Parts: sequence; C-alpha cells; structure tokens
Amino acid sequence: MFESNILSLSIWVPVLAGILVLATGNDERPGLTRWIALLGSIAGFLVTLPLYTRFDRADGGFQFQEGYNWIPSFNIHYHLGVDGLAVPLILLTSFTTMIVVLAGWEVIQKRVAQYMAAFLIMSGLMIGVFSALDGILFYVFWEAMLIPMFLVIGIWGGPNRVYATIKFFLYTLLGSLLMLVAFIYLFHQSNSFEIVDYYMLPLPLSVQLFIFFAFFMAFAVKIPMWPVHTWLPDAHVEAPTGGSVVLAAIMLKLGAYGFLRFAMPIAPDAAHYLATPMIVLSLIAVVYIAFVALAQQDMKKLIAYSSISHMGFVTLGLFIFNPLGMEGGVVQMISHGFISGAMFLCVGVLYDRMHSRQIADYGGVVNTMPTFTAFAVLFAMANAGLPGTSGFVGEFMVILAAVQENFWYAFLAATTLILGAAYTLWMVKRVFFGAVGNSHVAELQDLNKREFVILGVLALMVLGFGLYPQPITELTHATVEQLLTHLAQSKIPG
Amino acid sequence: MMNNAITYDLIAALPEIFVLCMAMVVLLVSLFLSARTLYVSYILTQVTLLGAAFITVSTHIPAVGYAFNGMFVDDPLSDILKLMIYLGTSMVLVYSRSYIALRGMYRGEFFALVLFAMLGMMIMVSGQHFLTLYMGLELLSLCLYSLVALDRDNPRSTEAAMKYFVLGALASGMLLYGMSMIYGATGALELSQINAALFNGMADRSVLILGLVFVVAGVAFKLGAVPFQMWLPDVYHGAPTAVTLLVGSVPKFAAFAFVIRLLIQGLQVLTVDWQGMLIVMAVLSISIGNITAIAQTNLKRMLAYSTISHIGFLLFGFLSGSMNGYISSMFYISAYVLMTLGGFGMILLLSRKGFEAENLDDFKGLNQRSPWYAFLMLLLMFSMAGVPPTLGFYAKFTVLQAALQAGFVSLVIFAVLMAAVGAFYYLRIVKLMYFDEPQDHAPITPSPDMALVLGINGMAILILGLMPQRLMELCAYAIAHSLQ
Repeated sequence: MFESNILSLSIWVPVLAGILVLATGNDERPGLTRWIALLGSIAGFLVTLPLYTRFDRADGGFQFQEGYNWIPSFNIHYHLGVDGLAVPLILLTSFTTMIVVLAGWEVIQKRVAQYMAAFLIMSGLMIGVFSALDGILFYVFWEAMLIPMFLVIGIWGGPNRVYATIKFFLYTLLGSLLMLVAFIYLFHQSNSFEIVDYYMLPLPLSVQLFIFFAFFMAFAVKIPMWPVHTWLPDAHVEAPTGGSVVLAAIMLKLGAYGFLRFAMPIAPDAAHYLATPMIVLSLIAVVYIAFVALAQQDMKKLIAYSSISHMGFVTLGLFIFNPLGMEGGVVQMISHGFISGAMFLCVGVLYDRMHSRQIADYGGVVNTMPTFTAFAVLFAMANAGLPGTSGFVGEFMVILAAVQENFWYAFLAATTLILGAAYTLWMVKRVFFGAVGNSHVAELQDLNKREFVILGVLALMVLGFGLYPQPITELTHATVEQLLTHLAQSKIPG
Repeated sequence: MMNNAITYDLIAALPEIFVLCMAMVVLLVSLFLSARTLYVSYILTQVTLLGAAFITVSTHIPAVGYAFNGMFVDDPLSDILKLMIYLGTSMVLVYSRSYIALRGMYRGEFFALVLFAMLGMMIMVSGQHFLTLYMGLELLSLCLYSLVALDRDNPRSTEAAMKYFVLGALASGMLLYGMSMIYGATGALELSQINAALFNGMADRSVLILGLVFVVAGVAFKLGAVPFQMWLPDVYHGAPTAVTLLVGSVPKFAAFAFVIRLLIQGLQVLTVDWQGMLIVMAVLSISIGNITAIAQTNLKRMLAYSTISHIGFLLFGFLSGSMNGYISSMFYISAYVLMTLGGFGMILLLSRKGFEAENLDDFKGLNQRSPWYAFLMLLLMFSMAGVPPTLGFYAKFTVLQAALQAGFVSLVIFAVLMAAVGAFYYLRIVKLMYFDEPQDHAPITPSPDMALVLGINGMAILILGLMPQRLMELCAYAIAHSLQ
C-alpha cells in the first residue's frame, strides 16, 4: 500500500507530525517539542527520498500517481502525481524543513510548539502544491499554505510584522482568486478539474490570453516579478529567520512552478504571444532590482532584492522556450533555494547575537567569527554566481540560452554577474572585513555546533551541485523536452 | 376520501402542530417553575426540537406533497431546511443559556418566543401560498421584535427593537402591497396557480412588474441586502448577543426558502426581470458590506456588515437562474449559518457577568489565553473570508461557478476582488488573537455542553471544508426533488 502512496505520505507525514507537535506541545518544557518536531521533519524527508531513487528518468510524464474521487458533484479528484519538475522541488521542500526546524532550535523561545507545527504543516502543504494534478486540489493547498506563513510572520516576526504579514497575505490572495476564476472557467469548458485535461483543451487565443493573465496574477506575485514584488522585501525583513528561509527557498519557487505547470501548457499560444513582455519584465527584475539591492542598508532587504533579481533569471529561462533555458531555470530554482536559504540563515546567525540587521552596525566580524565568515563568504560568492558553486550553473545555462535567442537579452542578463558580485561582495566587505566596528562585534561568539552543522550541510549542497549538477538535470531533462514539444503545438481550434 | 385528505394534511403539518403545542406547553409550564427549576423549560425546548426532528425525518418522502388545498407543501426542500433549522436553534439555545441566565433573561418567555419564532420559520419554509408565506413571516418577525427588546431595561436594545419593528413593518407592508398587485394581475394567491397564469401570458405585465418590485424589496429587506440593509447593523449591535445569534443565523434558512418559493416557484416566468434587480443588489451588498465592515470596531457590527456581503454572495446563486445556482445558494446559506453560529458563539463564550466581549479588542491575545478557542475562531474567520481548506471556500466556490456558468464573467471577477477586500477585516481578528498581547486575563470557563458544541461547530467548518461532498449532495437532493 505504501508503495503507491509515496506522495500522500510526503504530504501527510509532516502535517500529522505538526498536529502531534501541537497536541503534545508544552511551552514550559519545549525540549520534547523540539525533538518531536525534528523527528517529524526527518521522517518527512525520508518519505520523500523514494521519489528520487525510484523516479524513472526516461519518462517525462507524471509518475507516482494516485487518484481518488473527492467531490464528485464537481468532478474534483484527489489526484497526485509528479514529473521531473516537481521532484527536485519536493525534495528541496522536505530538506529545507529539517534545516528550518534546526535553525529555530534555541532561537525561538516563545510558543515553540506552534512555531514548529506551523513549519511542519506548511511543508506538507507545499509538497501538496507541487504534487496536485487537480485544479481545486492545487488551489486548496496553494491557499492553505498561506495561513501558517501568515501566522509565522505575524507572531514571531520583527517590529513591523503586522503590516508585512497582512500585505503578504492580501497580495497573494488577490492574485490567487483570479486563478480560481480561471479554473472555474476551464471547468465549465471541459467539465473537469484535471490538469491533464486542460492541457488537451483547445482554446481560442483571446480566451488563452485571459487565462494566462489570471494565472500570471497568481504566479507573478508569488515569484515575485517586477512590478508586483513589493510585498517580498517587507515580508522577508519582518519574518523570523525560518520564515525567510522558507519564503526564499520554496515559496518563490511555487510561482515559477505554476508557470511551468499551468500558465504555459494550458495557454501555450498566449505564452508565445506574450513571451517578449515576459522576458522584458524578467530583465527589468534582473537589472533594475540588482541596482535596488545595491542601495540597501539592511542585510535581509538586500538578500530579498537579490532573490527577486535571481528569480528574474528563472522566468527569463522559461520564456526563451528552449531546453537549455528551461533546464537552466529549474537548476537556478534549486540552487537559489540552497543559496538564499543559507544567506538568510547567515543573517539569522548575526541577528541572534547582535539583534540588528543593519550593515552599518557591523564591521570586522571576521576577527571574532572566522569559521562563520568562511561560510558566509562562500554563500556570498555562490550568490554572485562564482563558477564552482551552484549559483553559476543555472545562470550560465540561462545566459547561453539567451544568446541563442537574442544577443541583447544575454547581454542584459549577464550584467547580473557584475551587479550581483557588486552588491553581495560590497555587503561582505562592509560586514565581515575591515577593522572591528564596535564593542558588540568584538564580543561575538563564533558558530556553535548546531549552526555549524546547518551551514556545513548547505555548503556541501551548494558546492556539490556547482561541480556536479547532473542529479537535477537528469531528473528534469525528459520532462522539459516533453513540455517544450507540447508548447510548440498550437491549441487554437480550427 | 375526505378523511384521507384531512389525515394527509395533518401528517404533512405534523412538525408544525407539534412545535405549536409544545411552545404553549413550555409557556404554561414556566408559570409554575421557580428560578431554580427553570432548567426544565430549557430541557423541554430541546426535547421539542428533538421530537420535531424525529417527526420530520419519519414523515419524510422524496416527493412533493401538497396539503390544505395547496396552501402548504411538504417536499424534501422543506424537510431538510426544517432539520437544519432545528439543529441551528438547538445550538443557539446551548450557546445562549449561560449568557441569558446571567442577564436576567432566563425566563419561560424566552423559550416560548424562540419556539414560536421557529414555528414561523417552519411555516415560511413550507408556505405555498401568499397568505401562508406572509403568516409565517409575520409570526417570525413579531417574535424576533420581542426577543430583541427582551432585555427591556437596556436602552440600546429597546432602540434596536423599535427600529427593527418600524422598518420591519414597512417592509412587510411593501411585501403585502406587491403581493396584492400580483394577485390583481394574475387572480391567484397560490404559487403554482400564479406560475401557471404567468406561463399562459394572461397577466397584465405593467402591474405585474410593479408588484414584483415591491415583492423583491420586501424579500431583500428580510435578507438584509443593500439598499434595504439599514436595520441590520443596529439590530445586531443593539440586541442582546444571544438574540443577535438567533436573528443572524437560523432565520436565514427561512429567508432562503422564502426566495425560492416566491421568486422561483411563483414567479419563475419573470426570471429576467428579477435577475436584473438581484444583480444590482448583489453587487451593492458585496461592496458596501465588505468596505463598511473594515471601519467597524465592534465585532457585532462587523459581523453585521459581513452578513450583508454574504447575502450578496448568496444572491449570486439565485441570479444564475439555474438549478445549479439554487443548489449553490442552499449550500452557501448552510455554510453561512454554521459560520455565524460559531462566530457569535465565540462572543458569547468570552462574555461573562457584567462584561460583553463585543469589541474587537476583547479578542486580543486570545491565543495566549486559550489556543484551542483561538484556533476555532481562526477557522471561522478564514472560512468567512473564503480561504480553503474551510467550508467557506466551497460556499464561495459553488456560487461563483454557478454565476460563471450563467455567463456573468465580469460580475464574478468583481466579486472575487471584493472577497479579497473582505479578507482584510477577517485577518484583523486573527491578527488581534495571535499577534497582540491580551488585555483581558479572565479565565475562559464555558459549561461543558457549550464547550463541546462550540468545538464541534468549529471543527465542522474544517471537516466540511475537507469533505464537502455530503452537504453538497444533500442540497442537490433537496432542490432537485422539490423544484420541477
């Protein structure tokens, strides 16, 4: 039975672990709660491993499928399945959850059970988003995961958390509701909520444009693309470290995944029709937002803008419509998941000691925290796209693909190698190097064992995928080929 | 033959007859009870609801039966709505018991009035004739007016009752006027005869449309749709919370049935005419309800404006003018009543002697005082906002898909934008409960029955949100077997 229900287990094990944590939670003795949460997240990771080991890499279609009737009145099914795009993202999700639980170990002292449970439940819901093959099932997971994130930012966040979390929620909700209208419209056209049926549904261009726009509203907000990105810096800055990590590492990927799963294959003609505007928006994100990042005083805000800029690469890769670009986009998604997560954890390490995120409050940290600085510089280099780190692979693939399409796309995209290096390394210089900035910096303690383990694992990932990205490209290759074949066919009837 | 007909009439109306008798028994018995033994009235009332449910279930057949010469109907729609009404009323009584006891309203009259109000709803649900419908409506309204004024030393309640009475009487007048116009045009008072007359095209159209306008206005008043919503916030705010709970919840089932009977069974031929009016009211209700709710600081008023916006969504199902639409409206109203019961139940839970937990700030830091109740309120708020995986999501989903099927694309887009506006004020409650520090540190000590029912009520929002199929089937069954 468990053979065929790997996806259900991947979703529900973390959710049930979260409920267990809530039920046994005791704020007076948070030790037990933390261990249960850690075990739950490890169990959640273990159940997703078969997705990697048993995945048939030659098959570009959906695997590990499960289907049950859920709401027959509207022909809604509990239908799960994954292809090569979803598997790496699911593994990233369950992996990140373990990191987040560990990262919140001593830092979170207030309502520990609720904190841990929120992340476990969120993990299950996000895996649900990646594996749902039914429109309404997808929508339910998509919206439901907002609730724990809303609470995480609002309860454990910084001083301006209420504004940030409500902005985050409403922005995302508004985008998603239009997507719901699109789903209902497609339902009335095909009498089904199956995504696969939508792929086959012929639609005139005007309808495709409407549907593409509705999905665009939902996914562009999530990625986020310029100009609907303004919620992200607020949410990142106010969120606790764990919240920032999940936001950057996974939630942003949901938007790009949505384009690949819904907007592009359901409305391929509209996607081609709007490819140029989409590329332009992506390039604005890459270049303009990089300049914005350069001007930031707050480390978290800087990394948040850097995330937007890097996600611009992903959308750029998707809308070039060639295999290299699309695979590059996927690699960039995974790599950014590790790097941005690691960067936010580094800021978290500093913030836990100094309670400040302002670059100006630091200086010369290397003198007191040498080990930590080594890690931080590695991640900063990866963020700037240094060859040998995973940050390089995705960007390089996308730039190569862009050259084939149009020289100027590639030229503008490549400026990020300079701008990215500029804002990241300038921040590193101001925070870590130079003379010891003030007496607080002089008293800093270097990494403890827990922090060392977390950052060490992430560093291995970043270097590993930088030197040997095959595990990801192998998984995605067949799916990307199949998707591009599908996208090349017009769906306009007649 | 004659005897058989009378027997059938009596069986069809048996739940009503039973409730009527029991209401009088409760009234009489209460005279002989002292303050200490008054719980007998409470138990008798709950037994009445149980008995009525038993009778309704055991006389249920999946077919339409007319009684009293076509004035009264016993169909699956009426049976299922009545069962929902019993259940809702029973929950109202559980939630309000300690509240009214602490405020000197724990008297026999309270229970008798609730039972008579419920009888009015039952008659509205089963009315098949202008006179039965009107009689049910008036019985319900008169009981509600008196219940609002039950806390008679409270000037705010008295004022609310006065407003409710004056405006309610005006609306009844309009309704009656409209009915008389339609009678003038068609020569019939019975719904099926009116429908037949309209179908044959024998009625004078100008008189008919004038009558229709008045009927729709009267119905809209009872529902609380804009521009006939003025009474709603004041009554919700002014009435004792236990009575607000009653006014805001179960009578909506009766109002729903009222719309089905009048507009769909009686005036279906005029669908195009009333559709236009409903569109205007739906759009206005959703926008004014949601936008005004943002400015409220009193939770009861906020829920009143939220009700107005929910009524707007409910109208979306009706204005689709299809079976699919009516089913979705019924689903919506069921979800709405369940959410409202829970919402006001939470206010009652936090209220205690001499303290009304009706301001938004009273919910501050609830998560620290009681994570369980904060979680239930969180579910209720997200459900009202229509966020999955809660029941409220499917409620919105069903009405929107019905409207989209009928081709109202721009209306649906407008509605979802307004739903996003509405999410703001529900989120604010969650914010108060989870992100703020408590101002009030009193322990929350509900009676065991209330704790149990409120817990079930809250979890039902989640469980029905995960598995809405049964409730959808029930609504589909009721509508499909009752409307031809």
